[in-house]
Amino acid sequence: MTALSFFGCALTAFGPSLSFFIIFIARDPIRVIILIASGFFWLVSLLISSGLWRAFIPLQDKLAFGLAVSVVLQELFRFGFYLTMRKAEAGLQMVSHDEMYKDHNIAKARHTLALVSGFGYGLIGGAFTLVNVLADTLGPGTLGLITDNDHYFFFTSAYLTLCFVFLHTFWSVIFFYACDAKKYYLIAAVVLSHLAASSVTLLNSQKLYAASLGTTTVMLIASAIMAFVICNGSLRNWRTALRLKSSPRPLAHVVEDSSIQQINTLST
Amino acid sequence: MNGQDNTYPDTIVVLNQSNVPRTVVRAMNPTESNINVDHSVQPHRSRRSRADATNSPPDPDNESREARRAARRAQTEAERTAAAAAAEEEEEEEEMKYGAEHVIKLFVPVAICMLVVVSVITSIEFYTERAGYLIYTPFHETSTDTGTKIWNSLANAGIMISVVIVMTVLLITLYKYRCYKFIQGWLIFSSLTLLFMFSFIFLGEVLRTYNIPIDQITVAILIWNFGCVGMVCIHWSGPLFLQQAYLIAVSALMALTFIKYLPDWTTWAVLVAISVWDLIAVLCPYGPLRILVETAQERNEPIFPGLIYTSSVIYAYTILLSDNPELRNSPAGPASITARPHAGADIERHTTNGEAAEVVASTTVATTVTRGALAAGSGGRAENAPAGPRRVPAPRPPVDPDLEEEERGIKLGLGDFIFYSILVGKASSYGDWTTTLACFIAILIGLCLTLLLLAMYRKALPALPISIIFGVVFYFSTSNFVTPFLEALSSQQIFL
Repeated sequence: MTALSFFGCALTAFGPSLSFFIIFIARDPIRVIILIASGFFWLVSLLISSGLWRAFIPLQDKLAFGLAVSVVLQELFRFGFYLTMRKAEAGLQMVSHDEMYKDHNIAKARHTLALVSGFGYGLIGGAFTLVNVLADTLGPGTLGLITDNDHYFFFTSAYLTLCFVFLHTFWSVIFFYACDAKKYYLIAAVVLSHLAASSVTLLNSQKLYAASLGTTTVMLIASAIMAFVICNGSLRNWRTALRLKSSPRPLAHVVEDSSIQQINTLST
Repeated sequence: MNGQDNTYPDTIVVLNQSNVPRTVVRAMNPTESNINVDHSVQPHRSRRSRADATNSPPDPDNESREARRAARRAQTEAERTAAAAAAEEEEEEEEMKYGAEHVIKLFVPVAICMLVVVSVITSIEFYTERAGYLIYTPFHETSTDTGTKIWNSLANAGIMISVVIVMTVLLITLYKYRCYKFIQGWLIFSSLTLLFMFSFIFLGEVLRTYNIPIDQITVAILIWNFGCVGMVCIHWSGPLFLQQAYLIAVSALMALTFIKYLPDWTTWAVLVAISVWDLIAVLCPYGPLRILVETAQERNEPIFPGLIYTSSVIYAYTILLSDNPELRNSPAGPASITARPHAGADIERHTTNGEAAEVVASTTVATTVTRGALAAGSGGRAENAPAGPRRVPAPRPPVDPDLEEEERGIKLGLGDFIFYSILVGKASSYGDWTTTLACFIAILIGLCLTLLLLAMYRKALPALPISIIFGVVFYFSTSNFVTPFLEALSSQQIFL
């Protein structure tokens, strides 16, 4: 049972991420580096926020405070990472004009960069929140998955991790685009929805799983659609992408080219 | 536990500069090309010429220096700087291009090594339970008093570092005076211990943990095969993949031993001390490891094969083969890269041999006059050579008479592997996965930054300081701040 619950939870939380990593990230070294770098940024933001949480001793019982601080810091670091990436763009351009990576050139494709860094952000975040829980599923004396009807603790944790990994990914796409296009209301929307999504999970301790899981899922779908539209996605090129399934170019590239033009026109 | 194990250079990162742009070289006559090549590579040239060790005229160093000087006089200063600037620019570009690839090629083995250590530490109890100490750590931190503990750990670390310093200096002195036989013996002895004894202990503990019975004959056969193949791969020749695997295994075994036998706080003190020592040894004008690297470059020799992990990677090698069907189909092509025919007239033979000459020419733009002729002679072939990745696997011992080989790619001392793994392993031995993960990421980012600095400064850099300092900082801050915070969050299922 322990092994089953471990693998079940691990694959629920990180299965999609794993396949995303293998298909989209692993084949380009630059993407792997960006992934780890953005994970590092997330880690630093977590470090600072937990330091603040520890420093304000009277507020230590109120996790909502720590949560709010952490969300704000995470968004600040997301912006920091955005700035870093823009600074590094010249270097990236030089790095990636290798023929091997021509058809998925990360410096050209700003959305790809946003996608990869957001994924790194979410992945490391998810890993940190879930890794000790996962280790507990293996440990001696673990509560069952199904038998204990009130506590779908492990499974809900895993599912929420899955949601948050991809929420971060989409948030980054929206955020980076908003910064590029100077659409400040979108930045505000990202920060607020992050705050909302995190706050909703406060309900978990009252066992209101339906509320938190439902809201998170809805937010995930909404932000996915929003990110897709921002990348100039539409029903039409969605269909094209499906038809081109056999071609090695993944969906993001079908979308990329026109969206770059869009950004260029916006910035001029 | 032998003293010699401490002398793994914990430091050497050498970025190879050998991807000298061929266009520049080709534009000039052989003599000039020598100078330009030399100029752009000189400060930290890392071209390997195995042939030098045995085949070349008595003193290759002197001769090449003479030649260089003469040629340099012949060329006007202006020409030289212009060409050098162009060469440098192009070189830089090419380096950047493969920079990311190289980073990953070091990330993967470092990550594998750390993962192996972490998984062993968490699954096999033997390596976390206290059972004796090294002789270098006479103070055992048994007292409960914090002051005494700190004092103990600092004293232990001081002794360990002194041993490391003495051993390093000894090694460098031996190298300086060309006592190759002695160094070889030393390295062979220590890898012999690691491969046979430590792997035997490791196997025993694995079997004990999983309660698997096995007979002695099987164990003897297993260990014998493992050890012998390892010795052959590390010290003589073997597939690059196997060699890399063995180097990782050796580092992991070493790290596990350190984790087991070093007292708790001493480990942290040693980690900090060794990274400071690393900084000094590599960057100070008379730092021993700097002298080692410089001497090796001066002599055009590889640094001891048992101590360095090279990223001149197998993948790149396969890319090379698949990119160039002509090369793949020709038996001579691959042969000239991997096979090591007996030396002697090898170079001449290869010049007459189309594909092989191409490989030789494009990988080595000669440093001496004799070889300048070769470069010029096969320049035509080199022109067609794709600028794609061209790496030649594996350093061989200097005694191996072989054709010249180039190594692009980054080299990382095994010591770096060992100490990274010690840090992560130690973090995981307390049973908290967030700290382990934080240290893991911190070390990789530190390595990334080191490589970035390497691309900027283009000389041997210590690989420990940034990573270890990051790792230590993240270890302590994570275990003190982040873990309680995350535990509070995850017990209430709050997500950030």
